[in-house]
Parts: sequence; C-alpha cells; structure tokens
Amino acid sequence: MRVICLAMLFLISITTPLSAATLSEYKFDDASKDADFRAIIEEMRCLVCQNESLAGSNAELAVDLRNEIFDMMKAGQTKDDVISFMVARYGDFVLYDPPMKPSTYPLWFGPLFLFLIGAVLLARAVKGKKQSQEATLSTDEEQRLASLLKQTPDPQDSKK
Amino acid sequence: MKSYLRFAIPLLIFGVIAAFLFKGLGMDPREIPSPLIGKSVPDFALPLLEQPETQITNKDLLGKPYLLNVWATWCVSCRAEHETLVQLSRTGKVDIYGLNWKDDRAGAQTWLRKLGNPYEANIFDKKGRTAIDLGVYGAPETFVVDSKGIIHYKHAGPVTPQLINDKLLPLIEQLKQEG
Repeated sequence: MRVICLAMLFLISITTPLSAATLSEYKFDDASKDADFRAIIEEMRCLVCQNESLAGSNAELAVDLRNEIFDMMKAGQTKDDVISFMVARYGDFVLYDPPMKPSTYPLWFGPLFLFLIGAVLLARAVKGKKQSQEATLSTDEEQRLASLLKQTPDPQDSKK
Repeated sequence: MKSYLRFAIPLLIFGVIAAFLFKGLGMDPREIPSPLIGKSVPDFALPLLEQPETQITNKDLLGKPYLLNVWATWCVSCRAEHETLVQLSRTGKVDIYGLNWKDDRAGAQTWLRKLGNPYEANIFDKKGRTAIDLGVYGAPETFVVDSKGIIHYKHAGPVTPQLINDKLLPLIEQLKQEG
C-alpha cells in the first residue's frame, strides 16, 4: 500500500512540472506583454475541445494558435489586434467573455429577465398568503369556532 | 391566486424548459457560425500536393463556383466522407478543391491513389496557417465559394449525400446563375 502511495506521489511529481512547462516556452522580454499573452490565451476558447481555454488545451490547433498569437505579439501587435484577428476567423465563439451586442442580448439580459419574472411571482404569492391570513371569520364561522373550542377537553384535565 | 394558476404556471414553465432542452438535443455544438460567410477566401500562396514546386494562390480558383474541402489523412471523418466526394466529382456538377491540412505529403498522395481523387487540385497547407485564416477548427470542413471567391456557406463535419442534394448543389446552381 505504502509503495503504491509513494509511486503515485512520484508520478504526480514528475507529471505536474511537465504540463506547467508547456507554456514556459513563451517568453517575452517585456513582463507586461507576458501578462497580456497569458491573459489572452486564458480568455480564448480552444475550438477543438470546447471546454478548455487556449492556455489549457494540448490540441494541435490550440498549440498552433498559441504560436500564432505569440508571434503576433512578438511582432509588436497589441491585445486588441490579437482579439480582432481571432474573432475575424473564429467568431465571438472563441471569446469566453462575449461582447455586448444585439445577438448576445438574451445571454446578458436573459438571467435578469428570469429573475424579474421570479420576483413578480414571489411578490404575488407572498401578498396572496398575507391576505388569506388576515382574512376575518364570518359570524357563522366564529360561532362554530367557539363551540368547537368549548368541546375540546382541557389537556390539564386529562392528565389527572 | 386562482387554483388553476397554481397548476398552470409550473406546467407552463416545465413546457418551456422541455421545449428548449428538446431543441438542444438536435443541435450540434460543433456547428459554430463562421464569421467568414460573405467574405473572400483569404489570400494564400501554397504548393500543390502533387507538385511541390508549383504554387497555387486564391486567385487561381476564381472564375467558377467551387467547393473547398479541408481534409487530412489523420482525420477519420475525412475517410468517411471521401467516397461521397468522389461520387460528387464524377457527376461533374461542381469543382472540388482540397486543402490538405497539416498532413504528410507522401501519405496524402497514396490516399488519393488508393481511394480516388475527387479534387481539381490540392493545396498543401503543411503548417496550417491558411487553415487558421479560414477559421478551420477540425477536419473535415467544406466551404461553398462563388466565382468571385466569396464564401457563401460552411459545413463542419463529413459531407453526406443528403447535404449535397439539399444544400450544396442548390446553392452552387444559384451561384452559377448569379455568375
């Protein structure tokens, strides 16, 4: 058991630095460019494995695109240049942070809309409940209530 | 609140959610709308697959509407659609150009000799740079391009006889008439 645990730990220790090393090959002289580059590839979706970012994916296309973006930035292009380059080819789909425009309004305002519907329904339900609680009894009902209360034996009596 | 509403509202909400989920079942998450529809095929100058010393550019493809099919020997679905492309090319209804994507030249040539060659010519994109300009994210992909080099339609995934008859050929006919 112990041997297996140690072997697992060993495996983890040798594989973890490897996956981290795949991105260290991208080095800029300028630290702010480095940060920009890392931010961009984190914000872009890999198109092959759609739930991974360009930074996290090892798909061949993701590697090619990382290289392309790296070359563009090395050549002096800005973050906005890179984003428009990517959007022109792959559409807004590559962006994890979708832009605000008519086709994305449902995405941005849909949740708010649903929240408002929920709030209205909740308000109506609460109001309805309050009204039924405050409802007063008719004289007939009051008389019936009084007679029912009289019939009920006192719980103290039954204990004796 | 009236008692029938108490039942009608959850039922309505359930109905709406069920309708959306049911629609979602039939949708392909790989079908991503291409921003290149309505734009020109990007400029390229690449060698031909069969003749490495001969270059082909996007201008060589102008003049007639055509299909541009992105394929590679490492792509399983390309193998699946190949027979369909061969049969389409035999009908002579449309020219098909191939973009051989990040492939091995010798392997790709063998593939065409063995399985038949439906392509007028094959663009050899070893580095995949032109594929990036075309917004390719997985082979096979097929573009419908008019005589002026404008992209009108893109299909991701293997071409089927049904797609050809329902979509590709009618569109090609329409583009031919528009000149």
